This record gives sequence, structure tokens and C-alpha cells, in this order.
Amino acid sequence: MKAARFVAQALLYVPLMVILGYFSTQPRFTDIAHGQALVRLSFSHAGARKVECRQRTPEELAKLPPNMRAAMDCPRERSPVKVEIEMDGRVIFAADVPPAGFTKDGASTIYRRLPVAAGKHRFVARLRDRPEGEFNYVHEESLDLAPGRAVVIDFNAAQGGFLFKG
Amino acid sequence: MSQVAAITRAGETSAPAAHPRLQAALEALQARFDRAFGARDNPWRNLGSLGFFFFWIVAVSGIYVYALFDTSVSGAHASVEAMSAGPTAGLMRSLHRYASDAFVVVMFLHLAKEFVLRRYAGFRWFSWLTGVPLVWLVYASGIGGYWLVWDGLAQYSIIASAVWLDWLPVFSEPLVRNFLTPESVNDRFFSLLMFLHIGIPLLLLLGMWVHIQRVSRPMTNPPRRLALGTLAMLVALSLALPAESNAPADLSRLPGALTFDWWYLFVHPLMDATSPGFLWALSGLFTLGLAALPLLGRGERPPVAHVSLDNCNGCGRCFADCPYAAVVMMPRTDGRRGHRQQAVVLPDLCAACGICAGACPSSTPFRSVEALVTGIDMPQLPVAELRARLERSVAQLTGPVKVVVVGCDCAAEVKALAGPDTTVLSLLCTGMLPPSFIEYALRGGADGVLVTGCLPGDCAYRLGNFWMEERIRGEREPHLRPTVPRERVKVAWAAARDVEELRRALASFRAELSGLGSMQGKAIRRLARQEVAVD
Repeated sequence: MKAARFVAQALLYVPLMVILGYFSTQPRFTDIAHGQALVRLSFSHAGARKVECRQRTPEELAKLPPNMRAAMDCPRERSPVKVEIEMDGRVIFAADVPPAGFTKDGASTIYRRLPVAAGKHRFVARLRDRPEGEFNYVHEESLDLAPGRAVVIDFNAAQGGFLFKG
Repeated sequence: MSQVAAITRAGETSAPAAHPRLQAALEALQARFDRAFGARDNPWRNLGSLGFFFFWIVAVSGIYVYALFDTSVSGAHASVEAMSAGPTAGLMRSLHRYASDAFVVVMFLHLAKEFVLRRYAGFRWFSWLTGVPLVWLVYASGIGGYWLVWDGLAQYSIIASAVWLDWLPVFSEPLVRNFLTPESVNDRFFSLLMFLHIGIPLLLLLGMWVHIQRVSRPMTNPPRRLALGTLAMLVALSLALPAESNAPADLSRLPGALTFDWWYLFVHPLMDATSPGFLWALSGLFTLGLAALPLLGRGERPPVAHVSLDNCNGCGRCFADCPYAAVVMMPRTDGRRGHRQQAVVLPDLCAACGICAGACPSSTPFRSVEALVTGIDMPQLPVAELRARLERSVAQLTGPVKVVVVGCDCAAEVKALAGPDTTVLSLLCTGMLPPSFIEYALRGGADGVLVTGCLPGDCAYRLGNFWMEERIRGEREPHLRPTVPRERVKVAWAAARDVEELRRALASFRAELSGLGSMQGKAIRRLARQEVAVD
């Protein structure tokens, strides 16, 4: 009876062991298809103020408490950042990235994964951080992307605009 | 069914109603495991304690692995690979992995079982609610552990986790920007990961401790045979399928095809297939849904235990036996000399199981006071009422072998066994029965007493059947007197679905009793000659 119980217990432990071990490693996982590369667009950039600063008139200043009489009136809200990624003449991503914060005065931040076919490609990255007008940052780059390669398109205005990394 | 024989309570409060079909399926599954493991060692009846057991395996193997781990970007992967190459370190690493996976499995099985049995409402709300954050802590501990290996899987998981967290509008700079290029990760960041991987499991342990605060004598260690069996299984799995890493992380490349721990990391592909917002909504709904269950399951609470100070001598047996720490001992308030303490019931914690009444020495039916009032009693089934009904029904039993069956509302329904020669008592919990009632029934004319209730390890009130067994064996106070002929007392635990099995046990007991002869004349006189101590 004891031996039979022992065998029965072993028979119940084995499937648990198999299930535990199998799902601990299998099935294998690939986050993008074979033969593809990945473009990762990511930046954190504050757009220009939505409304330009302006000089307060003497009448307006007089109405304010003495400790709040700042000469310039600068509304805090910032403009969304418009971004566009073109690959081989075709726009593969476009977005108006809103500013962060309840009063919309923070930086516009984005992270997007753009899987693309491996091979040679010509990329054009465009960005506008003003409320209106044309893209004020444009960068072109040709890349030969091997399968599995990950390229980052970052943006830093202080360093001249778009940065292709990786 | 004989109206005389079936003793039921007028206006009784029913036992917590479970999800009937799911409960039946669960009991069927448990019954299969019972055949192999026995009820006491059945893993289904020890899921909570197995969780604690796996936690300690993870902790011990984790300390070992940490001693060999290089907390740096460049050295982490290599140090883990070196561990895998060594027989002991490799085994410890694999144990760390598989015990963590087993923890997740028993955690969800434990949660599912308690849900099926509706053990989330009423007095159990605290244990249920404090269990909900543990799910988050287990996942935070496990997923964070995978980052430390700093292989392709770590790369994928840490970026996916950062994207998920970035969905919350709380970070001024997105977390994911820390993982754009190989240069963006440094050794200090690894120290932070290590801190999290030690700190979160410690929080988990604290949470597990809080989780069991409202139960007395929590069973945090599985039975020895079960512990050895599961440990042997984990060691065998570790040897057969040692934990392996993927290729080292390289943020300039995609990690490729990954060996993937789906127990923990399934959330990442789920987010990829949907969106971070969807995953937040799903996990939020899951959490809130679990947390809200105690509110949804609220019903009318049964009356809780009541202390009669005049009959309480402050012995503390109810305090010792209460499975939910609902009875505390406090300094005497009535100035009664010779007794320094009194029992006090905490109504919010009381499960209304009646185990305290069964533990009270004043609950003996042999007391000759005008009105039998015990020290601690259940208003819905007072001990005096129990004695009166037992007397009436035993007196009306007919047939050559008269049997009293004592069961509980949560296990096999004993009412189905009632007949002209069998009377049944269905109590709130079997542990509610003062053992002296067994002797009282035999002296009253019954030829045998069959005690039944939930299977070992599966008592609806945790300890009722356990205490009952100990009391009958004379190992726990109040005990069944040694002079009571043990051949006339049978214990046969039976789950709700085991009524037929119980019927067979009763038939077998009746056959044994018929061989012993009737409990008349000499036998009763011999038993009666033994003085019954009455406090």
C-alpha cells in the first residue's frame, strides 16, 4: 500500500514538474519577426510656449499686487511637438506629442518602436516645436540595418536636433 | 427521515455557501489527490503553507546566489553563467528559479481555492484583502529578479516594464530613456536593481506575515512528507532542466528568440499585443475586483460567541482553541475570587464556529445545575439546547444498535443518515462538540457515537476536526475520559461529496457495534460508576 502510494505521488509530481519546467522556458518568445530591425524613436523635448510672452501695460501692472508686478506675462502652456519619420519616401510615423503636466507646461515625451525590414533605408526625421509653421528640425540619414539591429532616433536641440544612435 | 432522529436547529444560520459546481469540481480533484497523498499531506489542502515553503527555498537559494553575483553591468551576466557551470551554484540558481515559479503556481491555486469556497467575506475579509497586494509583490520580486541576469530576456523585460510604468503620468523623464543605448546603463543602476530585488521580497514577507495575523496557529510549514516531496521535485527539475540565461544584453541589438518564463513574464507579450493602458486597466480591474469581493459577499452575520461570566473560570481553553484569535483573556471584571482572568469575545474576528463552546470545561452535559449555561456558548445552538435534543432523540431511538452521528454543516451532510436507529447532530463545526457529550450519549442509551466532519487539513474553520481528534485521543483538554470504551467511538472524516462513503463507514461501525453487544446494563453502570469531574 505504501509503495503504491509512493508511485501514485510520483506520478502526480511528474506532470507538475513538467508543466513547471516547460512554461519556465518555453515556448520561446521573439518580440519582432525574423529579418526585421527596429527603429526606436524617443525624445523628451519641451515645445515653445503656445502664446508668446508679452510686455504688460502700466495699467495692467497697476492692477496687480505690488509683489506680483512682473513686467512680462508668459502663459505656461507649451505647444505640442509635431514629429514625423519618413523611410524611403514614405511616412512611417507621425504624431503631435502633447506636453506633460496638468497645465501642459512640461516636456513632450515619446517612445515608439517602429519595426522595419532589414536592409538599406533612407530616413528623414522632421520635428516642429512651435505652435505653427514648417518643421524647424529636419535630419536625413541613410542606414544599412542588419536583421536584429536596434537604432535609436533621439532629439536634443542643444546638440543640433536629431541624433541617430546605434 | 425520522423527525425524531434528525436534530437540526430552528432558525439556523447556514454554513458559508460556496460556488456549488466549482466546489464539487474542487472536491473531486482533491479526492483524487487524497488517494495518493492522504488528506493530511494533500498539496491542495496545504497551498498556503506550500507558498511559505517555496518562499524560504527562494530566500535560501537567493542568498547563496547573491554571494556569487557580480553587481555590475559588465560582470552580472558572466557571474550568472559561471554559477550555472558549477554543480552546487547551478543547482541553487535553478532552485531559485523553479521555487519562484512554484510560488506563483501555488499562489494562484490558493487564491482560486479560497474564491471557490467563498472564503473572502465575513470574518475572513482581512486575510483576503491583505492577500491581494501579495500578488503584486510576488510579480515585482520575480520580474525584478530576471533583470539582474542582464541577458536578452532582462533587456526585453526591463524595457517592457519601463514602457508600462511610463504610461502613468508621474515621471518627468520617461524611464525607458534609461535603456536606449548600452552607455545609458551603469553599475549604480545595478546596485539599485539589487536593492529592489532584496527589498521587495522582504516587503512580501512582511505582507505574508500580515496576511496570517488574524488566524491563530497559522500553518506556515507544510507536512514533512509533502515538504520533502516538493523539494525533491524541485531538485529533480533543477537537475533535469538547469536554469539557463539568454545571450548577454546588448541595447543596440534586439534580443532575438528568448527562452521565456511565462509564469512571470506573460504580462510583457500581453502588453505588446494590446497596449500599456490595457494592461494597467486589466491589472487594475483584477486587483479592485479581488479587493471588492469581501464587500460583494457581505451577508447577514451569524451570532457570535457569548461569554457567561458566572460560568467562566478563566481557564483559557477557548482562547487556546479559537482558530481566529477571536477570544482573548482579560483581567476579571466581576471580582470573582480565585479566578484572575475571563474570556472576552472580539465580535469582528469571531467566525461563529462554536469551537470555543466545545473547548469550555463548563460545557459538560453532566452538570446538575438547574439550567445548563456554559462559560462560552453559541446563541444559535446553546449547549443546553444541544443536550436537551440529544436526550430526546436518544430516548426515542429504536433497533438493536443505536448510533449517534455527530457532524458539521460544512462537511458531509449527516441528516441523510438519520433513521429509527440513528440520530444525527449537525453542529456549526465538529470542534463545537464537548467530548463529554460522547460519554453522555453512551450513558443515555446509544450503543456508539460516530464523529464526522471536514477532512484533515480542510476544516472550514481550520482546526475543528484537528482539536476534536486530539480531544478524543485524550491529548487535548477537555478530553474524552479514558474509561469511555473507545471501540464505541468512531471518527470518520468526510467531505461534502462523501455522503455515501460516510454511510458505508456508519454501516461498518454498526456491524462492529453489533458484535460488542448493546450498551445496556453492566456497561452503562460501569461507565456511570466513574465519577465525572464537573467544574
